[in-house]
Amino acid sequence: MSKNPFPMPTEIGPVAGAENWHSMYAYYTHVQPDDDKRFWFYNSMHFSEPMSAFDMITAEAAYHAMGACMTRVFAFPTAMGIDYRVINGRVYISANTVTDPAKITERLEVFQRRAGHYYENWNQFFGEWEQRMGALIKEMNAIKVPELPEYDDESVVMEKRGTAQNHYVRTAYHRTIELYSQMWHHHFEMLMLGYGAYVVFFQFCKQAFPEITDQNVARMVAGIDVLMFRPDDELKKLARLAVELKLDQLFTSDGNPAVILPAVKAQGEAGARWLAALETSRDPWFNISIGDGFYHYERSWNDDLSVPLSALPHYITLVKQGESLERPTERLREERKRIIDEYRSLLGSDDERAAFDQMLAVSHLVFPYVEDHKFYCEHWLTTSFFNKVREFGSLLQRYEVLDRQDDIFQLHYTEVEQALANVMNSWAAGSPPSNRDHFKPIVAERRAMLKVLAEWQAPPAIGPMPDNIEDPALQMLWGITTETLHSWAAPDLTNSNDLKGYAASAGVVEGVARVLRSITDFGEIQEGDILVCPVTHPSWSPLFSKLKAAVSDIGGTMSHMAIVAREYGMPAVVGTGSATKRIQSGQRIRVDGDRGIVTILDAA
Amino acid sequence: MTTAMQPTVAWFKDVDIRAVASVGGKGASLGELRRAGITIPDGFVLTTAAFREFIGELRQQLDTESRIAALKNSDTATLNDCCAGIREAVVQQPCSAGLQQAICGAYQELSDGGKHAVAVRSSATSEDSAEASFAGLQDTYLWVRDEQAMLEAVKKCWASLYNAESVSYRLRLGVVEAQLAMAVVIQRMVNSRCSGVMFTRSPTTGDRSVITLEASWGLGSSIVSGEVTPDRFVINKITGEITRRDIADKQIEHVPAETGGVLEQPVAGHLRQQQCVSDAEIHALATIAREVERHYGKPQDIEWALDQDGNVLLLQSRPETVWAAKDAAPVAKPAARPFDHIFKVMGGQRKA
Repeated sequence: MSKNPFPMPTEIGPVAGAENWHSMYAYYTHVQPDDDKRFWFYNSMHFSEPMSAFDMITAEAAYHAMGACMTRVFAFPTAMGIDYRVINGRVYISANTVTDPAKITERLEVFQRRAGHYYENWNQFFGEWEQRMGALIKEMNAIKVPELPEYDDESVVMEKRGTAQNHYVRTAYHRTIELYSQMWHHHFEMLMLGYGAYVVFFQFCKQAFPEITDQNVARMVAGIDVLMFRPDDELKKLARLAVELKLDQLFTSDGNPAVILPAVKAQGEAGARWLAALETSRDPWFNISIGDGFYHYERSWNDDLSVPLSALPHYITLVKQGESLERPTERLREERKRIIDEYRSLLGSDDERAAFDQMLAVSHLVFPYVEDHKFYCEHWLTTSFFNKVREFGSLLQRYEVLDRQDDIFQLHYTEVEQALANVMNSWAAGSPPSNRDHFKPIVAERRAMLKVLAEWQAPPAIGPMPDNIEDPALQMLWGITTETLHSWAAPDLTNSNDLKGYAASAGVVEGVARVLRSITDFGEIQEGDILVCPVTHPSWSPLFSKLKAAVSDIGGTMSHMAIVAREYGMPAVVGTGSATKRIQSGQRIRVDGDRGIVTILDAA
Repeated sequence: MTTAMQPTVAWFKDVDIRAVASVGGKGASLGELRRAGITIPDGFVLTTAAFREFIGELRQQLDTESRIAALKNSDTATLNDCCAGIREAVVQQPCSAGLQQAICGAYQELSDGGKHAVAVRSSATSEDSAEASFAGLQDTYLWVRDEQAMLEAVKKCWASLYNAESVSYRLRLGVVEAQLAMAVVIQRMVNSRCSGVMFTRSPTTGDRSVITLEASWGLGSSIVSGEVTPDRFVINKITGEITRRDIADKQIEHVPAETGGVLEQPVAGHLRQQQCVSDAEIHALATIAREVERHYGKPQDIEWALDQDGNVLLLQSRPETVWAAKDAAPVAKPAARPFDHIFKVMGGQRKA
């Protein structure tokens, strides 16, 4: 390669109208001259949109915890943590590796002892982990944001507490941030070890079967009983119950809870039974984010009931047509067993079969954690966290430090600390907050900048291009291989109507594309459409029963879309990079899930 | 002589892989395929007993054993002359009345009184085994249409045991001449619409989870001889998906010649770049390939044909040899504890 195909970090200029973007993020996230010596890539998988000032805590807390896990806690022999930089609101990351053989040997000794302890006790530790996460979520929800009344509570005096309410504004806020940070530590507590098991099995399969697709390895690893299907299963249950109780005509496709729920309630005992079932499903299964849990505006089903309610009419129709709606778990289990048995039988020796059995067993051991942790961490605790932050937003709004509750998400978490201090002082002093309008123009400017930054085409990688990527963790986590690098460096423009992605689920179909940016646009999907979207999350599952095929901008072979599409047996291509930008709703497209190619058939 | 005790003609239906010493590798493999329930064109084998009966006296007359023993691989001219002489003597030698009657009787039955053309192919006792280098050194005569031509072809096959290349190869390996014998397969021809080969592992990567299938119009001899670039497909054994599909420009095809033998002709323009075997036929072929592989318990190298009605027939199956030789080291061995594999990979030993 004669010339480096990627721009240098320091070369990237601001976007017109967002020149002041640096002000949103902490100084240590800004690009430094030395950063030009390193290779960075855009983490579009987790941070596909520009980050608001507050939301950047999802990157900061996550990388603190992930790096600590790899570098300090388990001492992964060759891989340390992640450095991250923010450019125009997007997160770029660079992995730190260990290359000194003596250091690797030293770390391996620590790693074997510590990781071995977890692998050996995996299921027990996962059980305890779920308990700990449950307690964390409970504590998060129980945090009381002080109301700062005219006079402090009588008990402060009578019980000689001696500490006034404004003090607890600070402790409550700190605790909110602490619990969120702690969640991320638990998130990575077992995750990287889980990925380690995957990497080893993937690598074995690629060596034993050089032409095996990631898709088929994933099919051998994937478990059947995972929490991510549970919210969707609950919806199906509610659909069946609605038909059984003859309430089905009350569910309209707009899913407006303000209309639907009172109408159900008016149906006497049947209505009460259905509403009771809804309450059971909601706690905890509707604590599922409509996104992946990295942005404050990705609310949970519980926060916005119209999302699950608008999915009900289609399920009700299917129930009335006599479809069971049950996931064919027995068939899925048998199919997985068949695939495993067939590959196993094709191995060259009994030694290889024994090694295959061991590696697959470890993958199966870790799979439930790797899948289910998301429900506790990114969904349940994270949506609770953002809701708690909203309560602080209300406090700031009440003191007119902010105009709106959700303006709080335009402040960095350290700026929120300042804004709250101003309120604490105001309550104590008995005067309005000092310089009360300070943050208002800042919030307005940042909102405007985020709009502009959303249009910016972030380069997939920056800095000097490495010759190859050999880190299996990098391949596993971000789906980035040496081939990916080359395709970024020299995009194949031979057929400009083709988009290349990962072949996630087999089959070839043609049909009408429907571009969906958010699950809240659920209603636009017609029966038999091909879904084209940035990325899907577990809360999108109800959609798949209507689809013919699915295409995403982001994701690998173990991504949500890939797993669900395989279950439904529909073709899917994931990780195309730009499908939502290049395809328009209504266009005819061909999805080739065998080769990972999407073709626009009636290009303008 | 005990040869009179053994049959000189053995029909495929009466033969299996254990008969390799008397019917040769090709004959035994065809019988075995038939036993395994695979459709093959019917036929019979002239066993090594037939060969011995035919050549017994001649061998002593010509003193082949000591003449060959005296040859040197370094002296190509002498070796060629000596072999040509022996072959000529073999071809000129008449069959005994009894042997000729046995051969022609079976031939008349197989060809339905000469209505069906046959293939006459040598089936050496060491050919088609792991010693693959023997393969292809012996002779094959296609589209043999009458008794006289059939008998000539049979003798040429017998004589092919003394091809210079074969003799030279045996000298190098130190094979004892006295024990050598040649069986001959006589089989009905398939007037194939298209034909080709299958490997039940990838010839390029050795992957055992895929089948590589090559196909071209007409008779398979065009592919085997490398005169045409065939269509090429890769099929996943587990999912049945066709994961690769390269449709070639197939410029020529082999067809049966009316006077016997094979004729090369250009492929009609509209067919040249057309896929010559349908997806359904590919799936049917892949299913058969897996059956054969399972039957033998190891990867196979298969020749197949589709007749004019679209029926699949296998012409040959033998163990794949190139990658089998490279399979010595397992990708991984079992570890003391299952998760020890992770330590091995994460410990920086990831480069294979």
